[in-house]
Amino acid sequence: MTLPLDLNTIWFGIVGVLFAGYAILDGFDLGVGILHLLNKEDHDRRIQLNSIGPVWDGNEVWLVTGGGALFAAFPEVYATVFSGFYLAFMLLLFALLFRAVAIEFRSKQPMRWWRQMWDIGFTVGSFLSSFLIGVAIGNIAWGVRLDAQHEYIGGFWELLNPYAIWMGVTTVALFAMHGCIYLALKTEGELQKRIRSWVNNTIIAFIMCYAIASFSTMLYVPHMVEVFRAYPVTGVLALANMFAIANIPREIHKGRDLFAFISSCVTMLTLMGIFGLGMFPHLVVSLPDMGNSLNIYNAASSQKTLGIMLVVALLGVPLVLAYTASIYWIFRGKVKLETHSY
Amino acid sequence: MDVEILSRIQFAVTISIHYIFPPLTIGLGLILVFIEAAYLKTRNPLYEQMARFWTRIFGLIFALGVATGIVMEFEFGTNWATYSRYVGDVFGSALAAEGIFAFFLESGFLALLLFGWNKVGPKLHFFATCMVCFGSHFSAVWIVVANSWMQTPAGYHIVGEGMKARAQIVDFWAMVFNPSSVDRLTHVILGCWLAGAFLVTSVSAYYLLRRRHIEFAKSSFKFGLALAVVASLLQLASGDSTAKGVYKNQPAKFAALEGVFKTEPYSPLYLAGWVDVENEKVHGIGVPGALSFLTHLNFKEPVIGYDRIDPKWGRPKIQAVFQAYHLMIAIGMGLIGLSLLGVFLWWRGWLFLGENKWIRYYWGVMVLAVLGPQIANQAGWYTAELGRQPWIVYGLLKTSDALSKAVKAEHVLASLIMFLLIYGLLIALFIYLLNDKIQHGPDDHAPELVEGNPANPREGHRA
Repeated sequence: MTLPLDLNTIWFGIVGVLFAGYAILDGFDLGVGILHLLNKEDHDRRIQLNSIGPVWDGNEVWLVTGGGALFAAFPEVYATVFSGFYLAFMLLLFALLFRAVAIEFRSKQPMRWWRQMWDIGFTVGSFLSSFLIGVAIGNIAWGVRLDAQHEYIGGFWELLNPYAIWMGVTTVALFAMHGCIYLALKTEGELQKRIRSWVNNTIIAFIMCYAIASFSTMLYVPHMVEVFRAYPVTGVLALANMFAIANIPREIHKGRDLFAFISSCVTMLTLMGIFGLGMFPHLVVSLPDMGNSLNIYNAASSQKTLGIMLVVALLGVPLVLAYTASIYWIFRGKVKLETHSY
Repeated sequence: MDVEILSRIQFAVTISIHYIFPPLTIGLGLILVFIEAAYLKTRNPLYEQMARFWTRIFGLIFALGVATGIVMEFEFGTNWATYSRYVGDVFGSALAAEGIFAFFLESGFLALLLFGWNKVGPKLHFFATCMVCFGSHFSAVWIVVANSWMQTPAGYHIVGEGMKARAQIVDFWAMVFNPSSVDRLTHVILGCWLAGAFLVTSVSAYYLLRRRHIEFAKSSFKFGLALAVVASLLQLASGDSTAKGVYKNQPAKFAALEGVFKTEPYSPLYLAGWVDVENEKVHGIGVPGALSFLTHLNFKEPVIGYDRIDPKWGRPKIQAVFQAYHLMIAIGMGLIGLSLLGVFLWWRGWLFLGENKWIRYYWGVMVLAVLGPQIANQAGWYTAELGRQPWIVYGLLKTSDALSKAVKAEHVLASLIMFLLIYGLLIALFIYLLNDKIQHGPDDHAPELVEGNPANPREGHRA
């Protein structure tokens, strides 16, 4: 197949990369939050918190930047989605805010009730954030009611349709798996043993969710699978995705946690790839009138802006990747609690 | 209440709370650079102790800045969708540049600053501090550029008509350096430096009053005071230049700032006053001719008032703008006075004479003075944003036309209530934790691993 490689397509890719980066990075720290309450000991919980301590707010910056890039490149999508999903999105913001507050404040006081309260806050915030991100993705894939001005005309409860809810559940399972592997990588001793024993369960839970999500997409969301029917070669991506998932328990079994984590990252990357390919060139599908859909052309900024922003991205993104990598390198290895720990 | 006023209140609440934190990190970041540079040069352990303490404060403030900043990034889309569609091509670019260039720099290196004391050497740590400081300043650049474009749009053209009208970039650098960018950026950055400087002097003065951490407090106080005096004096020049720019570019806004209704020679400058909006009069202490002089360097030349301004520009809420503006200036003058007095005491060697009750009064005032830049920064922001009304993009798009069509008043009311609750909690905890860190004070010796170290009873105290 030939891709029309114009600025709009490139920006579709860049926005996709930024959101994939967000999913991979914040995905594991949200996942750590989802699993947080499973360990009861204060010491273990602090290890969990500190495994994401130096990186979580940097990870959230990917969301901020993804939002900014979406605003700059596809303002119509930015405006339609965030005003249309107003209440759902506000809930997501509250969940993220509350979660940040919980991380910051949890270990500041020694009282049991204090820590327990923020631990619950951390888990609820992480769970709700992951769920709502999945619901949003589900709705964007399924399609929402838009009018000719691209304004959302549906209600709040429509967004909580079964497909979207299932995508929310799947996202929670995905992040939990990803976070679990990350924790295995960052812990040691008894705690690590316990966490490693959870990995397989999280994988099974995710695969079950994912299988149901895939089948319902194939059955009920035909526009998402068109491209795979038309160009069977794109199936390679799905195949790579399956191999990546299958590789995780193998690496865990061999005790190679780092490779397991990389496999998990590849799983998420390929999932985003499949989602992006399925959506392309649409950005928000309109139902029942597909004609009102937002795509990379009718939702985009001017060619001049896309060009300027491409220069910004070409200068900035390599820098971003370089210092993200160096931070992860410096903080590699097992978590140790120190005076400046959470 | 309708969607417009609720959305405006919500935006005001969220930006006001957010705007507590970045100015502090920008100002404190600069002081950290100075402290760590002093440490690298002298290897005096006192400087290391200071760097560690102020980094802890920095980390707390930064985390709240990120948390409240995520809300800002999306609120244009949630509540101001029509605005977002209209200006996305221009405004979105600046915001994206901010994210790509500045936020990553800041947050990435902050991890090193906070958690990297034992992982990297002092030189690399200093480099990280510089990068964090640079990143926080750089993020201010982009957001103030974006905001200045809303005040004085430039480098764009309008494509399409009616509902389909969109502003598009024609000249990127003309957009970046629009007529008010440089003035406003300078003004904002100096305000940020003042916020950081007065936080440092406030905490130091508190320790001095309590006779705790004396050496630490003296040295920190000097760093804070030095920045305070430089920033507050520069702010005077910057404020003058900014006001002249407003007069030139947005006369209708300027008339509200100074309460100018009638265009007349020897225009008076009001030091304080009450605007009688109905009768178009200001009651207060006015200096005849002073406004003419400040604007034109000539006592006689009239300053244009509302009687000579095309009514199409509309009028903001003049009373609110006038009061916010005058409050900012009054505080600014007070800060100059406090800084100069401090430098005078320093020069005479009296600054740390703890037995002298007048010196102790001065310290007491300096403890409270931390609120000065905070209030002035907020008042300045309100002046800028309220003064721009009824426009959201000056002369191009009215605020009332910029709302989200898909959002109803009850939705905004619900989210506003949630924001008030969460931000109330956030502020309460912020003050509590800041106080906790201040009470805990700097560590007297380099910290070691907490575990198995009974000498450190504050387990879990994040440095």
